[in-house]
Amino acid sequence: MSAVTTPGGLDRLLATKEVVVACGPGGVGKTTVAAALGAAAAAVGGGRVLVLTVDPARRLADALRLPRVGNEETQIPEDAFRAAGVRPRGELWAAMLDTKASWDALVRRHARTRRDAEAILSNPLYRNITGRFAKSHEYIAMERLYELHAEGRYDLLVVDTPPALEALDFVDAPQMMADFFSSRLLRWLTAPLRFRVLGVASRPFSQIGDRILGTQFLEDVGRFFLLLETMHEGFVDRARQVSALLRAEQTTFMIVTTPEAVPVQEAERFVTSLRRRSLHLGLLVANKVLPGTLLDPGAQRVAEALAERSAELSADLAALLGGTAAPEQVRLVLEEIGSNHANLRLVALRQAELLGELAAAHETTVTIPQLTGDVVDLAGLVEIGRYLYPG
Amino acid sequence: MSDLLDRRLVFVTGKGGVGKTTVAAALGLLAAGRGRRALVCEMEPRGDLQSAFECGPTSYVPRPVSDGLFAMSMDTEAALREYLRINLRLPLAGRISSVAQALDFVATAAPGVREVLTVGKLCYEVRERHYDFVVVDASATGHIVGHLAAPLGIHDLVRRGVVEEQTRWMLDILDDPAQTGVVVVSTAEEMPVTEALELTDRIGPETGVHLAAVIVNRVLPELFGRAEEATFASLSAPAVIDELAELLGEDPRAVSEVFSAARLAVRMRRVGSAHLERLRSGLPPDTPLLLLPFLFGRSHGPRAIHQMAELLAEELPT
Repeated sequence: MSAVTTPGGLDRLLATKEVVVACGPGGVGKTTVAAALGAAAAAVGGGRVLVLTVDPARRLADALRLPRVGNEETQIPEDAFRAAGVRPRGELWAAMLDTKASWDALVRRHARTRRDAEAILSNPLYRNITGRFAKSHEYIAMERLYELHAEGRYDLLVVDTPPALEALDFVDAPQMMADFFSSRLLRWLTAPLRFRVLGVASRPFSQIGDRILGTQFLEDVGRFFLLLETMHEGFVDRARQVSALLRAEQTTFMIVTTPEAVPVQEAERFVTSLRRRSLHLGLLVANKVLPGTLLDPGAQRVAEALAERSAELSADLAALLGGTAAPEQVRLVLEEIGSNHANLRLVALRQAELLGELAAAHETTVTIPQLTGDVVDLAGLVEIGRYLYPG
Repeated sequence: MSDLLDRRLVFVTGKGGVGKTTVAAALGLLAAGRGRRALVCEMEPRGDLQSAFECGPTSYVPRPVSDGLFAMSMDTEAALREYLRINLRLPLAGRISSVAQALDFVATAAPGVREVLTVGKLCYEVRERHYDFVVVDASATGHIVGHLAAPLGIHDLVRRGVVEEQTRWMLDILDDPAQTGVVVVSTAEEMPVTEALELTDRIGPETGVHLAAVIVNRVLPELFGRAEEATFASLSAPAVIDELAELLGEDPRAVSEVFSAARLAVRMRRVGSAHLERLRSGLPPDTPLLLLPFLFGRSHGPRAIHQMAELLAEELPT
């Protein structure tokens, strides 16, 4: 029931890639699909594979049933593969992203002195940023990806990004940072602290700012940016390298979606967005697809007949069952079976239409069937992985 | 009238993809249907409301989408400009844009300011009684705590100035359970339930905003009762399938497919029920738990929202 169209084969695609960035709308099973791709790549393709998840909800830990995955990389034991009936050819590793720890490390690396670093780390604004700044997850995830790639300990890195279209903004991060550091406003803000007297240029703003925010807060802001500025070059440089890795030959993106109206719309926006940024789209995955047999016209006739002729059929069948079920009961069951098929068929029809749209949006589209259970262990991941990585 | 619709400011959150927009839109319709002037606002301006109501593009300026119901999209810069205009009465008509730019910069740089502006805008609409009911298609479970906690965070961070006063009145609205509440939407699936439970534990203590209800969306119907399940099992025997095919003059394979579809539905429902049970037993006692069925016919658009509103009305205590 897998309608897999993989021109060239996924194994071939992955053979030339070192980084796969999974993206797509929320709620489509992206984390699971990313983990499954990693598991299959490790099991079938071999080599050392790392799955990096950035979601604060610790979803990968759940999917892999690991007690806790910290910022540290953890290997999924070979026993787990054997229990899943697989002899892995490679190794599977997993890591969560600890946003705060990663930001701290970044600051320590780029600060001019240890004192500067500590001043930044203890600034209330900084503490606020790392905890609350939603966008910071995305950048720090890519930064960590870059670091892992540069360390060269893995053959394949699979990253699960936060589920937002804006997640692709991280590619523009270097420019955004450069603009940020060179902005006149930043000078305004930090001027009073630099010269210890209110410069003419900054006075109007400071007065207004003071009325709105209070002096202490403004001073905190100013001090923070003054310190941040010392790391300017390091930050921008690094962001440039991160961005270059995302655009590099060895990096590809995987969009995961489900065949439902809103997720498909969003997946299409992802396709456009990747193209506009010249990022390589390797694979479009449609997850949770109902079986195509639901659209079989013969089955449809049967379902309709079950609903319409339930009374007559139930008499015959009840007799056949030898009185173990009352005809009335049989009739109810037949009607339920018929109407259930009609219901699911409606959904499958909608899905077929949307799958057509997806196939038109990208040539390499893989479908993964609707599973009837949760992915509770590595076996489940490997099973899904087979649709992504046949062989 | 139900407790939920009696509130004045309702934030709808949940894991991505569970149907937050649909639920928020349906709540708005329901409130409007009961004669209250209602506003539905999407926090992340992605066009979800536009696509749900099939109306034109939504913006910061609310547009009517149905009788007594208005829709808007949040826009931080517009919120900032409005804030400056209303609260500071800055004698800077000509230069407001550069001041706005400067403050926008601070807002970008100092996290929490942005969130305060957007949450503040919603509180403002409530305080000024521009609407009787404001329902927010809010950010997902991963970000909602940060968003709603921002006024509290800023309030603790900025101990004087206008911002201190501004966050005070917002907090008075936000932490009043008679006025404000959070609705957590989930589906009967593993991660949505896990995130919903995590959130219901954190939301009150960390943001001061009270949990109003948990809504489970796309609940699959129960196909068979226990006795019917046994009958279904006997009917699934190959001999019976063949007989049925014969009676209908159809291919036994087609009959099998129809039976498989029933098995698929039963299994999906069973997995969902387990998650639903986990949700039910993990919620704080007395949390209203409302169930919305899976819509086979239509999952999206104005018709789906109207259906949702009707179904929600049946679920709400009267």
